[in-house]
Amino acid sequence: MSNLITQNEIVIDDWTLVTLPKVDQEIRKQAGKVVLFKLTGENTISAEQIANTQIPATGKIIVPLSVYLARKSELATRIIKQEVGIWLATHEVLESLTNAESDLNIFPLIAVYVERFADGRIFSIGNLLRTRYGFNHTLRAFGDVLRDQLFFLKRSGFDSYLIRADRNAQEALQSLKDFSQPYQGAVDDKQPVWRRLNRSQNNVA
Amino acid sequence: MYKYDEIDQQLVDERVAQYRDQVRRYLAKELSEEEFRPLRLQNGLYIQRHAPMLRIAVPYGMLSSRQLHKLADIATQYDRGYGHFSTRQNLQLNWPKLEDTPDILAELATVEMHAIQTSGNCIRNITTDQFAGVAPDEIIDPRAMAEVIRQWSTFHPEFALLPRKFKIAVSGTKQDRAVVQMHDIGMEFYRDAENKVAIKVWVGGGLGRTPILGTVIREHLEWQHALTYCEAVIRVYNLHGRRDNAYKARIKILVKALGIDEFSKQVEAEWLHLKDNPNTITEAELARVAQHFEAFDYAKLPAHDSSFDAAIANNAAFAAWAKRSVHPHKISGYRAVTLSLKPHGKAPGDATSEQMHVVADLAAQYSFGELRVSHEQNLILADVKLSDLFAVWEKARAHGLATPNIGLLTDIICCPGGDFCSLANAKSIPIAQAIQLQFDNLDYLHDIGELELNISGCMNACGHHHVGHIGILGVDKDGSEWYQVSIGGKQGNDASLATVIGRAFSAEEMPGVVQKLIEVYLKERSDEERFIDTVRRIGIAPFKAHVYATTEPKKEVTHV
Repeated sequence: MSNLITQNEIVIDDWTLVTLPKVDQEIRKQAGKVVLFKLTGENTISAEQIANTQIPATGKIIVPLSVYLARKSELATRIIKQEVGIWLATHEVLESLTNAESDLNIFPLIAVYVERFADGRIFSIGNLLRTRYGFNHTLRAFGDVLRDQLFFLKRSGFDSYLIRADRNAQEALQSLKDFSQPYQGAVDDKQPVWRRLNRSQNNVA
Repeated sequence: MYKYDEIDQQLVDERVAQYRDQVRRYLAKELSEEEFRPLRLQNGLYIQRHAPMLRIAVPYGMLSSRQLHKLADIATQYDRGYGHFSTRQNLQLNWPKLEDTPDILAELATVEMHAIQTSGNCIRNITTDQFAGVAPDEIIDPRAMAEVIRQWSTFHPEFALLPRKFKIAVSGTKQDRAVVQMHDIGMEFYRDAENKVAIKVWVGGGLGRTPILGTVIREHLEWQHALTYCEAVIRVYNLHGRRDNAYKARIKILVKALGIDEFSKQVEAEWLHLKDNPNTITEAELARVAQHFEAFDYAKLPAHDSSFDAAIANNAAFAAWAKRSVHPHKISGYRAVTLSLKPHGKAPGDATSEQMHVVADLAAQYSFGELRVSHEQNLILADVKLSDLFAVWEKARAHGLATPNIGLLTDIICCPGGDFCSLANAKSIPIAQAIQLQFDNLDYLHDIGELELNISGCMNACGHHHVGHIGILGVDKDGSEWYQVSIGGKQGNDASLATVIGRAFSAEEMPGVVQKLIEVYLKERSDEERFIDTVRRIGIAPFKAHVYATTEPKKEVTHV
């Protein structure tokens, strides 16, 4: 059974995730001055890895950001056919995508990979994609995605969630409804509750 | 104080249901230890040495009588009949059962309380001055804004999983009592040149392993933009704060690494996009919240009360208490009162269920049914008539709540330490008790005068030892407990961080060490000079010389 939730229901995943070939030794090092404090081990992705990444010849594919940037020309016709989505990890620099593409809506899907549940950068990235960069197609979270993140992910602009394989997506659906009237304005509803509803008529003892 | 409407109530009720299900899934092993951890922490639940510890939120320190009665009942029913008031103005229960915590939260929800975001890597309880709304020197009552910020920060989706905890304090006085410079974001509300309410914003303060006082990031921010500006600051932090090392993950480390100019530049660039978004506060919304904090229906009273004056003249014990525990009030004939949770020889900040019931009754009878928790870990009745002070004192004294030591050496700020906390390197409560007993002579205590002594059981600094006039830090050396002493710290507008005087001491040495520090002060002080003033004038050298001249280092093996 599918573990993908999109638009509040469980659906079959018709996208193929393209991953970089593994290297023997993963390098994790602190970044230089520009992206201070980001774990950019994966930014040391080698040209060889990018070149060796296997891209399926047909079907809908989600391509790593680094591969897309380096091999964009190969994908040009498939982009027009709406077959290319992009994925990036939470430590990657979102601006390298937005600098390369002025219109993100050429992609029917952008996916953000979160390695650990506790990594809340995914929320800011979702927010920026929706509010700053105007992305209005499917925004998917995958990786260590568990039900207790869903409400926050939804409010941060995500509408698709690939629940970690060992968990039940049907149960996870419940958590999209954890709270009926959250206080603050966010991506899904820009209005804070006091603009959404009339609170002033409530009695003050 | 703020009263819930159906929206607030629904939110805490839904939280109880959500948390109950999280606990169920954990107990059913559907959630691993590691997965449950951030969930329980965001509900204030720690796994401690003996039992879980549950930290209950007391937003900006405000409580009603009804709420305190409920807390007392919960402590009786689910704990061992007492609770611990913390330096973040919250209440901690040390002995609840994990299985009971959903029921405790359900009980709390019936009195408009919760444990949301009292721990975990998220925006924590908003704190402020315990005399907010009644202090004569107050320019702006910050409580309405504290409530607006509380609501905005509750389950903020973008900032639910930050690199580390995030603390915000607000203040509306010239004399800062909310230690805004010690917070991740500190906000001082003031009136600008056009008499409009504005905010001076500090960022990147914090204690812990690397104590740093905050830096001003904005001298002037219009109050309407408080939330969107916080969004800009916290977004920069969320995206760029370190996540590889918990000890380097606070915003202070990011601010220091980037430099305030670069950090500020990034925040301003972010804010350009966020400014004027719908989270911008309107006059109407602030007014809706502020009506909950409107002044009480105070009686018109003369500035003096003859029965009070007579009691002061005739009763030395009452006079000694009043001198330390009674504080000025903006309304004629009223005073604020601090009830001491620091009786000598007891754990600082602890209150029994019986004491909580007594304080709740006192608040109901004498102080409009409300009270506050101070970050110094005492309880405050903020609106007591001068003519009622004697009656309040008698009842408080009968229940061990009137130790006349507020602001004195034995009014020790102290974390739970190694007796309870699994993070601690050393016990802190027994040290506090030993020092209190060393200085049990009240005349001597009053002669020493104002002195803040802070104890933390580890470098996480919950006891705020860096800003104590005397700060004590528990350290672990080869598996035994030692104590490092520093002097010269101070909270407030002229805040400073304390300097370590030298090698650490054993627990048994500590009362004697404090005694030596006091001896130097009493010898060196000029008239009217407080301990902190003397330290600032003569430096730490004379203190160091006296303390180390007369104590021999003990062999560590004797303390294993």
